[in-house]
Amino acid sequence: MIAHAIFFYVFSLIAIISAIMVTVSKNTVHSVFFLILDFISISCLFIMIGAEFLGMIMLIVYVGAVAVLFLFVVMMLNVAQQKNQWLLSKESSGHIPIGLIISALIFFELIIVIGGWKYKPDLFNSNNLDISSELSNTHSLGQILYTDYIHVFQISGMILLIAMIGAIVLTFRQREGVKKQSYIKQISRERSEGVEVLDVLSNKGVKIDD
Amino acid sequence: MIEIGLGHYLTLGAVIFTIGIVGIFLNRKNIIVILMSIELILLAVNINLVSFSIYLNDLSGQVFTLFILTVAAAEAAIGLAIIVVYYRNAGTIRVEEIDNLKG
Repeated sequence: MIAHAIFFYVFSLIAIISAIMVTVSKNTVHSVFFLILDFISISCLFIMIGAEFLGMIMLIVYVGAVAVLFLFVVMMLNVAQQKNQWLLSKESSGHIPIGLIISALIFFELIIVIGGWKYKPDLFNSNNLDISSELSNTHSLGQILYTDYIHVFQISGMILLIAMIGAIVLTFRQREGVKKQSYIKQISRERSEGVEVLDVLSNKGVKIDD
Repeated sequence: MIEIGLGHYLTLGAVIFTIGIVGIFLNRKNIIVILMSIELILLAVNINLVSFSIYLNDLSGQVFTLFILTVAAAEAAIGLAIIVVYYRNAGTIRVEEIDNLKG
């Protein structure tokens, strides 16, 4: 139990510090690195409290895909050298105190909700327990994901497909001067437009305009 | 302090959520950091759902965390694509200079 406490405090401290560094670090590339550190420590927390499938999925999806996507975009857009003007910009800094006040209010509201909350006394030993001890976390997740939540699961697959199509359509652009092969054009070519028979005059040659 | 309960995890979620909101409000750099703050907020929501799911012995929270993960990935992809297109058209993604819709 004490090991649990030590690991919880270590991981959550790393997570909070790296979350702060995401927002305040000067370089956008460093922000992405701290975002990766944040995801890794949170997934360690997930694995530690027994949601090991979600921890691994977070490692794969966030660290392996989303953070790398962020890194690619940062690299492509060349915004890494932009000067950081966090809290310092002269123009349009009027909304910073209000933003801080509202953030503090949100935090205190959340803390009040967490601290002043009472559970129903029979909630913890109610009968509808889904987590059984003899099945692994992945096994039991799969058992309810493909039965009870199958429609939601398929809808999330559709969301991913639409996101993929949308990203491709948004960033696709047709460049000038790129030679492409078009099968339709190749097949529908006629002899009359491809070959021409010329009478070659002697001593004059032929002029072919291309 | 030693006994780690549900409240500890919820507090961690609240702290990360607030840091994400501060990142959105006070950002003066570029939109990519705002997208990263949105990812932080979704991460905080995931922490809440997973800790409730573990401590209340109900797997539905983890299933919904999976769906939130999907939506977060889709949102990151679409948002970054929009940012790339905007940068190609306008040449900047700094927050102050994006004022096309300003009246």
